[in-house]
Parts: sequence; structure tokens; C-alpha cells
Amino acid sequence: MLNFELLAPELTLAATAIVVILLDFVFKRKWWLAAVSIIGLAVSAGFTVSMWGGGSVALFNNMLAVDSFALFFKLLFLVIAALVILASAGYVAKFRRFQGEYYALVLLSALGMMLMAATSELISIYLALELTSISLYVLVGFLKDSKSTEAALKYLLLGAVASAVLLFGMALVFGFTGQTQLGEIAGAIQGMSLAGVLSSPGLIAGMVLMVAGFGFKVAAVPFHMWVPDVYEGAPTPITAYLSVASKAAGFAVLLRVFYSAFGLPTWLSLDWGMLFAILAAVGMTLGNVVALPQTNIKRMLGYSSIAQAGYLMVGLATVGFASAGDVAGRSGLLFFLASYALTNLGAFIAIIAISSKLDSDLISDYAGMAKRAPLLALALTLCLISLIGMPPAAGFMAKFYIFSGAVQNGLLWLVIIAVINSVISAYYYLRVVKVMWMDKPASRAKVPSPAALRVALAVSCLGVLVLGIVPGFVMKLAEMAAQMFAF
Amino acid sequence: MPSELVWLIFLLPLFSFVIISLFFRPFLNNRPKLGGYITIAALLGSLGLSIWALFEVMAAPGHSIPIPDINWVVIEGGLTIHLGLILDSLTAVMLLVVIIVSLMVQIYSQGYMKGDPGYHRYYAFMSLFTASMLGLVLADNLLFVYVFWEMVGLCSYLLIGFWFHRPEAANAAKKAFIVTRLGDFGFLAAILLLYFNTGTFDIGQLNTLAAGGALAGTVLTWAAIGIFAGAAGKSAQFPLHVWLPDAMEGPTPVSALIHAATMVAAGVFLVARTFPLFAHSMEAMTTVAVIGGFTAIFAATMGLVMTDIKRVLAYSTISQLGYMMLGLGTGGVAIGIFHLFNHAFFKALLFLGAGSVNHATGTFDMRRMGGLRRFMPWTYATFLIASISIAGIWPLAGFWSKDEILVSALQAQPILFYLAMITVFMTAFYMFRVVFMTFGGDYRGGEEGHGKPHESPAVMVMPMVVLAILAVVSGFWNVTGQFGALFGHGHTQGFAEGFFGILTHALPWISLILAGLGILLAYAIYSARWLSAERIGAMFKPLYTLFLRKYWLDELYEQVIVRLVLLKGLFAAFQAVDSYGVDGAVNGLAKGVMASGKAIRRAHSGQLQLYGLFIGIGIIVILACFYLFG
Repeated sequence: MLNFELLAPELTLAATAIVVILLDFVFKRKWWLAAVSIIGLAVSAGFTVSMWGGGSVALFNNMLAVDSFALFFKLLFLVIAALVILASAGYVAKFRRFQGEYYALVLLSALGMMLMAATSELISIYLALELTSISLYVLVGFLKDSKSTEAALKYLLLGAVASAVLLFGMALVFGFTGQTQLGEIAGAIQGMSLAGVLSSPGLIAGMVLMVAGFGFKVAAVPFHMWVPDVYEGAPTPITAYLSVASKAAGFAVLLRVFYSAFGLPTWLSLDWGMLFAILAAVGMTLGNVVALPQTNIKRMLGYSSIAQAGYLMVGLATVGFASAGDVAGRSGLLFFLASYALTNLGAFIAIIAISSKLDSDLISDYAGMAKRAPLLALALTLCLISLIGMPPAAGFMAKFYIFSGAVQNGLLWLVIIAVINSVISAYYYLRVVKVMWMDKPASRAKVPSPAALRVALAVSCLGVLVLGIVPGFVMKLAEMAAQMFAF
Repeated sequence: MPSELVWLIFLLPLFSFVIISLFFRPFLNNRPKLGGYITIAALLGSLGLSIWALFEVMAAPGHSIPIPDINWVVIEGGLTIHLGLILDSLTAVMLLVVIIVSLMVQIYSQGYMKGDPGYHRYYAFMSLFTASMLGLVLADNLLFVYVFWEMVGLCSYLLIGFWFHRPEAANAAKKAFIVTRLGDFGFLAAILLLYFNTGTFDIGQLNTLAAGGALAGTVLTWAAIGIFAGAAGKSAQFPLHVWLPDAMEGPTPVSALIHAATMVAAGVFLVARTFPLFAHSMEAMTTVAVIGGFTAIFAATMGLVMTDIKRVLAYSTISQLGYMMLGLGTGGVAIGIFHLFNHAFFKALLFLGAGSVNHATGTFDMRRMGGLRRFMPWTYATFLIASISIAGIWPLAGFWSKDEILVSALQAQPILFYLAMITVFMTAFYMFRVVFMTFGGDYRGGEEGHGKPHESPAVMVMPMVVLAILAVVSGFWNVTGQFGALFGHGHTQGFAEGFFGILTHALPWISLILAGLGILLAYAIYSARWLSAERIGAMFKPLYTLFLRKYWLDELYEQVIVRLVLLKGLFAAFQAVDSYGVDGAVNGLAKGVMASGKAIRRAHSGQLQLYGLFIGIGIIVILACFYLFG
């Protein structure tokens, strides 16, 4: 018995994507396409919200789970996609062709991400991942200039390598356990003796290869090399999209796979917990240190996102170290993702507005932006402060939440590294703030921004403040989502 | 009414602050009156709620009502921060004091601040101050008390320096901020000490722990003394009193609200709020009593010789705050707070009177006043009532609470009792010196070119009349011991003696006679001129100079401590360490980090094959680690 209404959010999104492509032939005014996309996203979000609290249901022979965890992420992706589309409206209007395809591809990749968060079976995970990735490959190359094309090609080739690695890992895990459904894999592993697992290295190898495959998606060191080039070359709204949605989807899958399939026995979870802890330490240090000398703000935020992936991995490490019933690590990760998504989107949206006027991504060209575009500068400042992790912005609460969970589970050393890293990161984030507020502007010309973009920016900044000042509600949601791991 | 409404008491003035600063100042700056109206409206709302709260508290068992908490941050298995309120008798009384005085001052300010270009700014700060003060009184945990504590300090800073273009005002604001911060350091240390020993910031729990003996010994003593250090800074107790006289540079209504009735009383309130911590430590109680008793007489001596009307009142405030501390240190919460309650009304009234006089003459120098009773009868009458009240003449408010303090001092610390008795005499003398110099005799001209003095407008007189009524009757609350009972206080000699009954005791008569003598002496010197002030001044020249120069404490602090010890000694040493040691290290580190950043960036050459290779190497390294160490 199939409950199609449980797939309503995904079906709505798929239908909207098709409708948008068709309407592209009809409408002369292309901003209608953005409006239709937003409506589709809103309807889909409505379905998602209405399912909240309905318990966990498995679909298609346990391939797909509809649980609070999946719903939390679906909502997050829908919000991100809506904000990206709002922010793109002005940007895309400059394209002469393929505007409909742009929106449709954003919607389809969002659909892929929603499926990624919901799948509980290796093959469907792979399919969802590919649906997401292929849409994104196209979007990265959408500008068709040399940089954008180069970025897309690099992303495609490296992405293909990562997919291959991931498939190889999945194959090993399957070969070792004979199962592809996460819960059944867990059962198979727990049914084996410790000696049995140790004598056949295939399981560990499969796990590591899967870490590598997903690590590519979340920009974890050492699978991060594509990030700066692709971020710099891609259309800025897509960079924003990549940096938050794609990363969040990667973490959703990582969390589900490792918690559900490899969560027990304890020695195994300690093993991968340690792996993530080390990746976290390396990732944040490398990301932050390399971000220091950057002069291009998109590249800087690229490295910053590598560092943020490191902070997020602190949460994954905590999940590995915590006992299976401890919800703090998982919910901390979810809260961090939500706050990071809003923050980074806000920063990128401000950059879209400023850079498209300046026609430059150089930090030095942001001089005196506080005089030329006070609200944009203020918003960007707030987001950068949030990225550092200072109150009253969301980033502070998120870091506090995730780090306190790590300390409670004996990862003090990792938190010390993370805090030192936060201090280093303050330097390059605040440098942008200083340039905007202290330096003399190169010209007096105001920087205008389209209304839709301003709405998107206002929403993100408001979200950053709300999560920073009254985080209770979202924390509650994250806790509920983290508890409802059905499969 | 549901008890959640208590939140509104604190939120209403906060809304008024937000509305004024977000909407009125930017958009309606040409309609300044709105700022005053909304502040007053918000306070009227709060007043109604706080009166209701007081009756609820009186009726409630144990004189305390639980208020539902708001969870601000909840981390599962980790830190939980609640926003919570206390509503007990102490809070209810303080709410009433703060709101009544604030309301009167805001009404009065409409006249006093009329035409000032910073009218909206003034009311925005006043609203913020009132909200913070109410928050301070309501907060149920030390962390939030501390936050509001700093907020009222900030508002005080902003309002002392309200006319920041005057260098004296700016300096006074800075001085107040820095000196009180010294005390706050002790307070913060005490909060942390308590937290590390008990794991809680909750005042109710801390008080229970102290009362139950679980929190005791050296920890308790040091925590109490740390809290008292904060209280001494805020309440201008010796040796941290030096900021309050200078704070008179702010607008006079500000002095009335913040530096007479409410914020400076916050120190007394804090000690009362954490009283079980003090009560179970002999040393802490003695410290409070001794510092309070000493400050009372010490400040009174300086009040004897000042010629600036607001400075006299400032020293008088310090002295009266000393009384309250003495009452807390020897008697208990009810005694100290009862004096705080009465003092708030008559001292606010005295300041408003001084402001009214200044409005009429353009000066605060009493040598240029005189004879004002003919020009401003209302101001004169209300000022006189307040003076009688503060001098402690039966049956006005000051009498009732001052006598409680004297009785408890006699029972606990006889030496302090004698000092306090001398202070009674001094208080009566300096207050009536002000009355005779300002309102008696002939008019001496006021500020150059200010014109003929005149009575202040009704909007200023009306609040003074209200406060004058309170200055007469507020003491009646405890004539039969009801106020003490509200605090669950046991009977001392003075409590519940009845309106005339109290006069059957010897002690009230002695204090009345001393006060009468003080008034008589002031009359003899400044009104009847039987004695010459100059001659007496010359006779006691060394003492006179000592008082006038405020014991040279300002000089001591500025020249010796700030200049020599800090600037030449510590700071110079720090700078040397900083510029050679720390800077060198930081610069070196920064260079190193930048260089490594550049080196790693070189690895990101854009070569696709290289990137792929890195992925491969990464996987191999991780796998190798697993098989080697896992």
C-alpha cells in the first residue's frame, strides 16, 4: 500500500519544475517564472509542515523514510531554494536565454536534496545524490564564460570521481553485509562477532570510501579542492546554493548513514567518530588559514565554508562518541546547519547585490560600502559576525550548542582547536567589516538592489537574529528531528 | 489577574524606550512632547500593575507569588538559562518606589527639560533606565541581576553625561562609570564564586542554601563581601562614594530619580535580596554595618559645608544610604528597606525642589539665592516638609524609619549607635542650613541676568506636592508594624508601638531633641544670625577645610592612585610587555600563519589532475591510518 500523499512535497516540486519549463515558452516577463517557483516551493513547504509530528513512515520497501529528521531537512532545503530564487531574480534577468531552465534546475536539485535527506537505502541515496549533482553541474556552468565553464567542468569531473568512490564504498559495504537498507546493514553488522569484522577489512574500507564520497559534497578536507575554483566561477546565487544546500544535504546523508547503519557496536562508532574528529580538526584549520590571504570575497567564503564544514564535523564526531540515545550531538548539528544556511545565504545575497553593481569580487573594492549601501553593509556585517560566532547572531548559539555537546562527550581537545580556529577566522571576516565601515569609498555612487533580493536578505538576516536571540523554538525542532530516526 | 502580567511591569517602559528611539526620534523629532507622553503612559500602566502586585503579595501565603519562567536557552543535557522573575514583598515594595518616583520625575521633567534639543533622547534614556531598574528588582537570578545592574550603570552614565558638551558633565559621567565598575568587579567575582560552589545562579536557591547551612564558612563570607563591594559602588559607600557628588552634573530630575531614589538604592536592595548570605556570616554583617555607619557620619560632615544645593543633597544621600546599610547590617531587611522606601520619596522631592529653585534662579549656588519663599511658596512648602521628614521629626516619614535603625544599632553595635546619633544632629543642621540659605532672608540675585525668580509651572509643582504628601504619610505604614510583618520580621523595640505609643520611649525623644538642636543651630546661624558662619568657620578652620576639600580623597585617588600607581607604574609596565613581548609574538605568529596560508594556496593551482590526486591520496592516508592504528 503506497501512501502517495506522503510524497506530496516531492511530487509538488517535480510538477513545479516541469510547469516552469513549460511556462518559459508562454511568459515574456520572466519574473513570473520566479514567482511560480516560489509558489511551488511554498506549497511543498506547506505539505511538509502538515506532516510534522505525524510519526515515522517507511515507503517503497523501506527505501524512503518520512520521519521528522527528513522533514526538518526538507523544510530547510525549501527555504534555501526559495531564498536563492528570490536572490537570483535580478541576476537571472540578465540572461538572454534559458531562464526557465535555471529555475527548473534549482527546483530539481532541491528535489534531489529532499530525497537525499529521506532515503534510507544505499542505491536510492546514490540516485538522489546524482539527481542533485547533475542539476548543480549544469547550474555552475550557466554563465557560459570561460571561468564558469571551467568551474563546471572541474566540478563535473571531480564529482564523477567522487561518485565512483562512493559507489565503490557502497559496493564494499553491500558485499560485506549483503544488505543495502541502512537498518538491515546495522542488523547484519551487529550480528557479527568482533573478530569477524576485524578479520575482513572490507567494511572499514567501504566506510572510508563512503566518507570520501560524501566528504566531496560537504567540502571536507582533503576532498575540498574543487571548492574555491567552483565557488569563484559559478554564478553567485549558485555559489550560495552550493555552499549551504549541497553541504546540508551531504551532512544529512552522512548523519543518517553513519548513525543508522554504523551506529553500533560502540567500537565502530568510536572509530568513525575519531575519523570525523580528525577531519574536523584538519578541515577547520586548513580552511581558516588559507582564507586569511584571500583577496576575492567569493574565494574567501569558499575557504570559510570549508572551515565551517570542519565545525559541522565536530558535531558528527560528537555523534560518534556519544551514546546512541544522546540527542545533543545530532540536534546540535541540525541547529548549526540551519543557522549556517541562513547566515551564509545572507552573506552571499549581500555579495550578489554589491558585486553585480561593482562588477568585482575583490574585497578591496568593498571599501566604504557602509556609505554607499548602508543596509547591505549592515546585513553583510551581521552575517560575517554570525560566521565568526559572536552574539547576538545565530552563529554564536550554533557554535555554543555544538561545542558544548562535544565537550560533554570528551572531545575537549577538538573544541580547543575549534575555538582557536574561531579566533583566527575573526581576522579575515572582520577585515571585510573594517574595509566596509572604515575605508574611504572609491566613489559616492549608491548601490541599488532589486526588491526581491532585499526581501531575501531581510528574511535571512531576521532568521540570523531570531536564531541568535530566541533559539528555543528551532532548537526544539532540531531535537525532535534528531530523535525521530526511524530507519 | 494572571501572574504573567508581572512581566508587563518591566516590559512597558522598555516598549516606550523602543518606540521613542526607533520611531519618535528619527521621524517625529519636531513633536518632542510625544516622548514624554508615552513614557508617562507606560509608567501609569506599570504603576497600576505594581499596586495590584503589592496587594497580591500581601494576600499571598509567605508573601511570595511564583511567576512562570520563560526558557530562553535550553540545551538538552547541557546549559539551561531561564528568564525568571521573583515577586515577593521586597520586589513589590521596590517596584512601587521605583515606579512612583519615576512617574513623578517624568511628569516634572516635562517642565524642566522643556525646549531642550535632546528631549527625545532624554525620555528614551529615562525609559530605558526605569525598565532596567525594574528588571533588576524583578530578576530571580544573579546573572540577570548583574546584566540589569550594568544596564542601570550604563543609563546613569548616559544621563550624567546628558549635556556631554560640558566637559564637567562628561568627566563626571566617566568617573561614575569607572568608580562603580571597581565595585562591580567584586560583585562579578562573588557571582562566579557562588556559581562554582553551588552550580546555580538562582537567588532563591542560593538563599535557601545559605539559610540551610550548606553554603557557609569562608566561601559565604567572601561571596557576601564581594556582593557588598558591588553594592558599595552603586550605593556610594565609603571609599567608593566619590562619584556621586560629581554625578550632580546631570539634569536635576535625573539626580532625583537615579542618584537619590532608585539606582543608588540598588546596592541596598542587592544586600537585602541576598540577605541570608549576609545573615549567616558575622564578618559580612559587621562589614556592612561598620561601612554603613561610618559612611553615614562621614558624608554628613561634608554636607555641612557645601554651598552648592545639589552637592549638599548628594552628601545627604550618601549619608542616608549609609543609614540603610547600617539598618541592614544590624537589624534586617525590613529595617533597611523601610528607610529606603521613605527616603526615596523625600529625597526625590528635595532634588525636584532644588531643580525648581534652579529653574527660578539659574544657579545651584545657595550663596546667590535667599528669600525664595516669597517667590515660590509651593516649592518652599514642599521642600520644608521634605526637610522636616529627613531630619526625623515626629510624625513625618523619616522619623519612623530612622528610629528603627537607631534602635537596632543600639542593640547590635553601640559605637555605631553613637555615631548615628551625631549624624541625626548633623542631618537636621545641614538640611535646615539649606532651607534658611535658600528660602530665608532676602534674595541675593541668582545667576547674572536670569531675571526675577518665579514659581515653577504646575507640571513641575504637582509632582512635588504628590511627593510631599508621601513624605508625610509613607512612614505610617509601619506604625503598627505592618511593613515589618510583610517581610516576616520579628518585633524589635521600635516596631508596632503605635502612633503615640512610640513617644513613651526615651530613645525617640533623644533623637528628636538632637534633631531639634540641629535645626536650632541652623536657625541661629543662617536665619537669626546670632552666630556668624564666618567666625565659626575661622574657629574650626582645619576641620572646615578638611570637609570642604572632601578629605582630599579625590586628590588621593587621582594624583596618587591613578597617576602614580596606574599610569606610571602598572600601565607603563604592561605597555612594555605588550609592545616588546606580546606584539612581537603576535606579529610573528601572524606572519607565520599568513605565510603558511600562501604556501597552501599554491597547492590550489587549479590543476584538475592534482585535485583528483589529492582525493586519492586522502583516501589512502585515511585507510592506512585505520589499518595501522585502528
